[in-house]
Amino acid sequence: MGKPTRTGPEGRGTRPAAHELARYEALFATRTKGMKSSAMREMMALTERPDVISLAGGLPDTSTFPPERFAKLMSAVAAESTARALQYGPTEGMRVTVDAIVEVMAAEGTLVDPESVIVTTGGQQVIDLVCKTLIDPGDVIVAEAPTYPGAVPTFSAYQADVEQIDVDEEGMPIDELERTLDRLASEGRRPKFIYTIPNFQNPAGVTMSLPRRRRLVEVARERELLVLEDNPYGLLRYEGEALPTLYSLDAESLGRAGATDLVIYLGTFSKILSPGVRLGWAVAPRPVLEKLNLGKQGADLCSSPVTQMFVAAYFGERARDGRPAWEEYVESLRELYSHRKDVMLESLQEHFGDSARWTTPRGGLFVWATLDERIDTTDLLPLALKSDGVAFVPGRAAYMDGRRGSSSMRLNFAGVSEQDIREGIRRIGRGVRDQLGLLGSLTGSHPLPAPPQQAPQQAGGSDEPQQPLADVVKLPRREDSPQARRRGEK
Amino acid sequence: MSSRRRVAVLKGGRSLERSVSLRSGAQVQDALTGLGHEVVAIDVGDTFVPDMLEKGAEVAFVALHGREGEDGTVQGLLEALSIPYTGSGQAACMRATDKLLAKLLMREAGIPTPPFHALREDAIKELGAGAALERIHEDIGLPLVVKPARGGSALGVKFASDAQELPKAMVGAFSYDRTVLLERYVRGRDLAVSVLEGAGGAGEGSGPLALPVVEAVPREEEFYDYESRYEIGMTTFVCPAELPEETTARAQELAVRVYELLGCHGLARVDLMLERGTEKLWVLETNVVPGMTETSLLPQAADAAGISFEELVERILASAWSR
Repeated sequence: MGKPTRTGPEGRGTRPAAHELARYEALFATRTKGMKSSAMREMMALTERPDVISLAGGLPDTSTFPPERFAKLMSAVAAESTARALQYGPTEGMRVTVDAIVEVMAAEGTLVDPESVIVTTGGQQVIDLVCKTLIDPGDVIVAEAPTYPGAVPTFSAYQADVEQIDVDEEGMPIDELERTLDRLASEGRRPKFIYTIPNFQNPAGVTMSLPRRRRLVEVARERELLVLEDNPYGLLRYEGEALPTLYSLDAESLGRAGATDLVIYLGTFSKILSPGVRLGWAVAPRPVLEKLNLGKQGADLCSSPVTQMFVAAYFGERARDGRPAWEEYVESLRELYSHRKDVMLESLQEHFGDSARWTTPRGGLFVWATLDERIDTTDLLPLALKSDGVAFVPGRAAYMDGRRGSSSMRLNFAGVSEQDIREGIRRIGRGVRDQLGLLGSLTGSHPLPAPPQQAPQQAGGSDEPQQPLADVVKLPRREDSPQARRRGEK
Repeated sequence: MSSRRRVAVLKGGRSLERSVSLRSGAQVQDALTGLGHEVVAIDVGDTFVPDMLEKGAEVAFVALHGREGEDGTVQGLLEALSIPYTGSGQAACMRATDKLLAKLLMREAGIPTPPFHALREDAIKELGAGAALERIHEDIGLPLVVKPARGGSALGVKFASDAQELPKAMVGAFSYDRTVLLERYVRGRDLAVSVLEGAGGAGEGSGPLALPVVEAVPREEEFYDYESRYEIGMTTFVCPAELPEETTARAQELAVRVYELLGCHGLARVDLMLERGTEKLWVLETNVVPGMTETSLLPQAADAAGISFEELVERILASAWSR
């Protein structure tokens, strides 16, 4: 096949006719050139088939939410607040929802002024609005490598130039960040913001250590840079002590609780309650907040009052002991996910063994596994889908250039049953061994042994973290030259 | 136009090309409805044969891309059910979809196709075929294109600029098929010639006719891999391609020869390269169920030849009875 797109998913239907293209070409905004449709996305659509065990989703397990409780809350909203729920709401969000947000953040030890909060349509909208507010074409964003695959198309759409910094077991190395900032400064460039997921990073599963958090806030202050702190999973910690948010560290360093001037905080109800309510939020310095608000007016006027009122009603519930009932639900999620995480790590040990290395997250939804560098997980996925009915997210999705991360994969353990985790990992492991065998035959040698790895924690033995700060085993540090990286990210 | 028929449009399926096939199918359905036919849409899956039996269609319009729609599977089943269907028969589908077989046939018939060798996965595992790699790349020359022998995804197609890159490229390609082709990379212009039967205007049976040539022009000369080169927005299309008359004629003639060699029927799209420097034309592959969205290459070439989309669909439908 010489011309893949003629026969590939791109080619068939989406290669516009010359006259069609000519007609639309002049109409499309320049930024649409950065919006790419990829064969990978076509492939991901197949992972939603019912016969596929999908470890690819970013899903929490919503089946654990009691149906009668959902029904009761929704009826209460319907009966008691019909007119308000069916009406437009304020762009910044309803006060009752903001109160719930303040409560959730307090549970993570972060005090916020309700006036600094804007309710959004999912956390995803925060990423979009922050880019809309701050990014002109060619502006620099510094992000982690790998980074949240869902941020990649957003950054591309705003034509940002993204510098990705390889994470290690303690998250983004701040010395590396400083070197990157120095290099950018020498080129006369200054990032508009630093994008980080400090807790149980998506997709790598790593957590930024406390010293690095402190240093990041210092660096941001020294250089007057904004930080976008994306924290969807902070409350889903399965072991170890919670670490302070960058937002609270910044506020603390200013000596005024509840307000920062450098950190934009992104939160969401998706992982602690439901992604279906499509509600997230941003907490931002006042001038930024005003622009986010204007941006949101243009995007959707307001987030759904129906789900905002549902969320408010939910967070208003009290358990028998008087504690907020939502905390109990989050606790039940933690128990469930923590166990599933252990099952996944166990299965990886059993079925991947020495042929791969992987992170050992202490929270969140994901494990990041890295195979022999000669295996491209973008190719492994269709094979795994077709012959084994199992899916994962290929690592390349987490890199702006769509090329690095090719031997890694993101595995979700939270939204999948224990049995499916075991079976899914077994099937992927079999595919990997096949490919390694083939590589060995082709090179006339046995496949290179995977770098030594620390044994993942065993199920049930996760009470004692072995190291206080390192949440994960060592991730590869790639030695790409900055030039190569930039070339890839044009 | 012709009499009203009850037409089953086969689309979707479970291949990597599912979503494109759904779009092709939807376009075809609209056109058929516009032509006054009765349309039954069939998303090809577990209950395909029972569906066909139950719906009682007189004829099947194959808009199913990907393996099952193009490799003769569906065609064989329709023959077993005695339901006429559009496009190529089982044998032509098998010959065209298996790129190794198609290239062997072309080489035998003296139709220029880039030099190649093929390796099967079991030969590598059981016959030590990996040891032949060095000879192969010395024979064909570098850079090489590594591609799965069957399957329609851009993802499996790899470019190897040196010998070190070969094993990795091959393992990637083996993810899509048990046989992998190693083919000389031809630098040059990327052309497609669609062939339509009964396009001469005299109706059915007027023989295969090559439509105007379409050229795919990548935005950037240099490319890193096939995926990014063919990403939407990275390529523009010119139809008719700006070529010397003589080159156009040669490309069209080659396309019709390949069409006849493989025994295609009704319609097909032949992909070629016009090599830079030598101006030599090379045939890469033939597609027996080309895309049928309004903006796909075949409808676009038909449009350039003055054939409307509805007319195109009607002609393809007629191919079901002219076999």
